[in-house]
Amino acid sequence: MVRRSFWLKIVSALVLFGAWQVAGMIPVSYAFPTFLESMSALARMAADGTLFTAYLETLRPLVVGVAISAFLGIGLGLWIGLSSRFDWLFSPIFIVMQAAPLAALIPLLVMAYGIGLTSKVFVVCIMAMPVIVLNTAGAVRNTPASLKEMGRSFLASDPEIIVKIIVPAASPVIFSGLRLGVSAGFIGAVLAELKITPTGVGDIITYSRSIADYPAMYAAIFSIILLAVLFLNLLERLEVYLFEGNVRGYASD
Amino acid sequence: MVMPQIKEVVDVPGAQEADNAVVARGISKTYGSVEALKNLTLEFPRGQLTSLLGPSGCGKTTLLKIIAGLLQPTAGEVEVNGKPVTGPGSDRAFVFQDFALLPWANVLRNAAFGLELRGVAKSEREAIAEKYIAEVGLKGFEKAYPHELSGGMRQRVGLARALAVDADVLLMDEPFSAVDEQTRRKFQEDLLNLVKHENKTFIFVTHSIEEAVYVSDQIAILLPRPSRVSEIIRPADLRHKNVDNIRRDPEYLDIVDSIWASLRSYVE
Repeated sequence: MVRRSFWLKIVSALVLFGAWQVAGMIPVSYAFPTFLESMSALARMAADGTLFTAYLETLRPLVVGVAISAFLGIGLGLWIGLSSRFDWLFSPIFIVMQAAPLAALIPLLVMAYGIGLTSKVFVVCIMAMPVIVLNTAGAVRNTPASLKEMGRSFLASDPEIIVKIIVPAASPVIFSGLRLGVSAGFIGAVLAELKITPTGVGDIITYSRSIADYPAMYAAIFSIILLAVLFLNLLERLEVYLFEGNVRGYASD
Repeated sequence: MVMPQIKEVVDVPGAQEADNAVVARGISKTYGSVEALKNLTLEFPRGQLTSLLGPSGCGKTTLLKIIAGLLQPTAGEVEVNGKPVTGPGSDRAFVFQDFALLPWANVLRNAAFGLELRGVAKSEREAIAEKYIAEVGLKGFEKAYPHELSGGMRQRVGLARALAVDADVLLMDEPFSAVDEQTRRKFQEDLLNLVKHENKTFIFVTHSIEEAVYVSDQIAILLPRPSRVSEIIRPADLRHKNVDNIRRDPEYLDIVDSIWASLRSYVE
């Protein structure tokens, strides 16, 4: 089984990259490089170190923002899910946050917090947090009543019911919220670098486009997608490690 | 509507009447304006199986949850071993209709979960759980997860969990209603063995007349609107007969018939 899904992944990657290569060779657009050109640009940027210095810059707001969103988001989500009063108080904030057109709000954030790290962390959080909070709260609220009743009848204390029953029962949905939140966080990080100040990977994208170095631009975009996919896989590993019984066959692996 | 004739079908006076493991006195429970239970009094003799039987909506599960301490009665009180119930206690264990197993935990951890919540050390609680997993016939499935088991096997895990905490009173809420007919028959036979060999008091909620007559020492028939105990039946002679012959015993058939006669007007 593992074998077959591994080969399927390889095949689907080959098909995608092949299609990219063909589309670049036609070419569908003057501004669309082939797969191999983009990869060689990626290798060049990796070799001369620009890619790594860029990521050092980009990862800072990303990691800080995702970490804040994950811890605060799950914490708030638990709280909202457990208490209807906090649901009433906090849920609307996150629903508005999720629906808000972020690109239009960025100038406001810049006015309030300047063009530094703070604004970028904010952008990542606004992107990542609502889905984490709302998923966690919904999952906690939907814990099967009979499981909670079971805990009480076997003399669990309230903290034990939360730690041993509610959180594990909610974990599949919490993790799917985390996956969505983290991918939104990646989008937020790049958005911040494109909209606030061009630094890191956003700088490579903006600068390469301005000098018409399209292979480098696509290489930068490709690298951030690759990083996001790797990170999401890591998150899934963590879930499997923490809650083995949750595994009923995910699409990957 | 014709009120059913209320009568004692079989009653053996004097037998173990003094020693009750559980006593419910004057229990009332209202949800808003809905009366789920009204001034209900019932005694549960020690070491015996008492069924709560009745049509849906008669409050039998509510009564069981009040005895478990999961619900507070609006009036009245429950005593277990002479002590009033204020909440869930170590003297009672619950078997759930929908099994209530932790889907992320394997059979061993599920069966040991009651002990885990009581703070029993890991090696000790797993040894106890293993013993009861074997007793309910699931030896070899310790590492399996609930979604890998059939409904009947899942309920066996629920039973092992309740047995592992070694409570005096076992509360079973329609435990066999979610398993198929053949598994249910096997369960009923196993339950008779359990009642005979474990020195525990069983309180068993069911909506199946045949099941109640087959497994019970005492059947309390509950009727709705307003909820009350309409009669108590003790199929005393059946207990001493061979389990294989119970279902064609004339006494068994008579009791099943008479219970149906008193319940039929309440079933819409």
